[in-house]
Amino acid sequence: MRLAIFADIHANREAFTACLDAARAQGAERMICLGDVVGYGADPEWAVDTVMSLVEAGALIVRGNHDNAISTSAESMNPVAQAAIEWTRGRLGEAQRRFLAELPFTRSEGDHLYVHSEASDPPRWRYVHDAFSAGRSMQAADAQITFCGHIHQPALYSMSATEKITSFVPVTGVPVQLLRGRRWLAVLGSVGQPRDGNPAAAFAMYETEKREITYLRVAYDIATAARKIRDNGLPPFLADRLSVGR
Amino acid sequence: MAGPPIAPGAVIDGFTIGEQVHAGGMATLWTATCPGIDVPLLIKVPRISEGEDPAAIVSFEMEQMILPRLSGPHVPQCFGSGDFARQAYVAMERIPGKTLYHRLDDLPLPYEEARVLGVRIAAALADLHRQNVIHHDLKPSSVMFRDTDKAVLIDFGLSHHNHLPDLLQEEFRLPYGTAPYMAPERLLGVRDDPRSDIFSLGVLLYFFTTGERPFGETETLRGMRRRLWRDPHPPRKLRADYPPWLQEIVLHCLEIEPAWRYPTAAQLAFDLGNPDQVKLTGRAERLKRDPLTTVWRRRFNRGVAIPRAKSDVAAQLAASPIVMVALDFTDDSQSLTDAMRVIAEQVLATLPSARLACVNVLKLGRVTIDRTLDEEGKNKHIERMIALQHWAQPLKLDEGRLTVHVLEAIDPASAILEFAVVNQVDRIVIGARQNSFMRSLLGSVSSKVAGEAPCTVTVVRPPRVAAGK
Repeated sequence: MRLAIFADIHANREAFTACLDAARAQGAERMICLGDVVGYGADPEWAVDTVMSLVEAGALIVRGNHDNAISTSAESMNPVAQAAIEWTRGRLGEAQRRFLAELPFTRSEGDHLYVHSEASDPPRWRYVHDAFSAGRSMQAADAQITFCGHIHQPALYSMSATEKITSFVPVTGVPVQLLRGRRWLAVLGSVGQPRDGNPAAAFAMYETEKREITYLRVAYDIATAARKIRDNGLPPFLADRLSVGR
Repeated sequence: MAGPPIAPGAVIDGFTIGEQVHAGGMATLWTATCPGIDVPLLIKVPRISEGEDPAAIVSFEMEQMILPRLSGPHVPQCFGSGDFARQAYVAMERIPGKTLYHRLDDLPLPYEEARVLGVRIAAALADLHRQNVIHHDLKPSSVMFRDTDKAVLIDFGLSHHNHLPDLLQEEFRLPYGTAPYMAPERLLGVRDDPRSDIFSLGVLLYFFTTGERPFGETETLRGMRRRLWRDPHPPRKLRADYPPWLQEIVLHCLEIEPAWRYPTAAQLAFDLGNPDQVKLTGRAERLKRDPLTTVWRRRFNRGVAIPRAKSDVAAQLAASPIVMVALDFTDDSQSLTDAMRVIAEQVLATLPSARLACVNVLKLGRVTIDRTLDEEGKNKHIERMIALQHWAQPLKLDEGRLTVHVLEAIDPASAILEFAVVNQVDRIVIGARQNSFMRSLLGSVSSKVAGEAPCTVTVVRPPRVAAGK
């Protein structure tokens, strides 16, 4: 089965549309969403509605910290992110807010674990930013392959039987076989707000029989996404960063 | 984890196991057959049991990842693999014959024979590097040859693929590989520099031409570390008749700093393939090792060595192309050859590791027996060499970056194409024939070259004369 995996959509309609089109063109049979559907971007209603209809059609989704912050004021965020959350909260309807509030922190399927952030303690929303945090996540997970997002920078970690960690920055379009003899942690780049210096929207395809993950990048209409952020009075920094991918 | 034991007659994923042909420390090798595959097959099974060296597992994983990605005549073709869930194995093409290891009793080899082997191995390395893979265990027992004489590299268990996770990066505290052939930077944990393979080939060439290993057979880390500051004895010290061009090439490969070695295996193959064009430097004449003051400086200043960024194999190759300029002095106008020089200059200015091969074809008649001397008794061959040097002179290239070649052929386009293939040229610069009568009569050399070349071809025309007339 071909899985299309999306993380950190962040209400970026142009980016998510481009990624969904690309995933379908690649023959995606199932959609996986690793959280943070909203926050930062100008199209939260559309983003939640789109994800809700994907879920009705069989997609899998977990909760991100921005999704969480819609219903929980306790979530601590920086002022820019907080401003975007408050704006988003006002835009969403009751059904949309309830959908986000009821999302699970993790989902397990077969030997896969899906989670938004580092897996050892999901509600703490820790980042996977190096071999150490990746190792903590893989040691905590029972699954052989963990898929997560949150940091907006793609990476691929593995842990051998002797608990040695390898880290790797995936090369766009090159499939990597996730060998059975070790645990893997696939950190997805962001659909709606890439921060690895490449402004193109990021997602990944995973082929379950071959156990091959392919990280992909898609060009999208950044100018429109940025203009809508400015037009809606969101912090302009959120618009500016899209074109540089930082 | 454990499947049924591998034994003759056993069937795994359609492969029927034959006889065992090798039992090494890391793996056993078996012949095999499979319906639908008509090349001889080899099945490699890693040795794995509790408490054994994890290197066997990790190097098997690396080979399982890398081998299916490789293609071409310089590697065994991969036909499938299985993982540890059932039975770990890799099924690959069985290359007939023996590895170069079986030549060890014949050392030292005649220089010419070693040179030819070197050309073939360097060409295989260049092909591997173009596929983003660094072998990291080049030695006589990992080199075989096809009936076509093309070298085949085997054993990718320690290799690095620039586009795949490197599972060996953290696994071992000590660098893994074969001590006598290991490049010094490997001792510092560097695994992403293709010039490490060039060093190993330098060790092999030194060994095959002198009968001595340049850094001995030491296996201790302390002994291996000496190569970080101590250069080997120049081959001429061991064999008085050692050709200067060969010492130049071998010591160029064995430079301690990767940046001082050949930038690419293709450039090394070029020099081995054109020994008369090798630019001799101080290396060629050396009879002694570096003085102790130099050695001490290297040894005790390691901390201040140039910090290195992570290297990108493809980018490194792209920055060091072999550029060929095909010049036709009988037909090309001055303005055309000037325009070609401008193009060459633009390419070379941005790529300091690029090298330029200036080629002229001395056309032979189909019927007449050509003589090297013309009517006035002048040597045409030498005249053309001088003309090529003269054309290149304004580029003011360091001599090591420039070579000139006069080819003799009936069909210039075929000669140019053959030169490009044999010497792994990355880019051809050629002039468009101006004389339209000649072109209609003889066909265009440049269009045949552009149509059939294995690389980028730039067809140059002279600048436009004033428009509007």
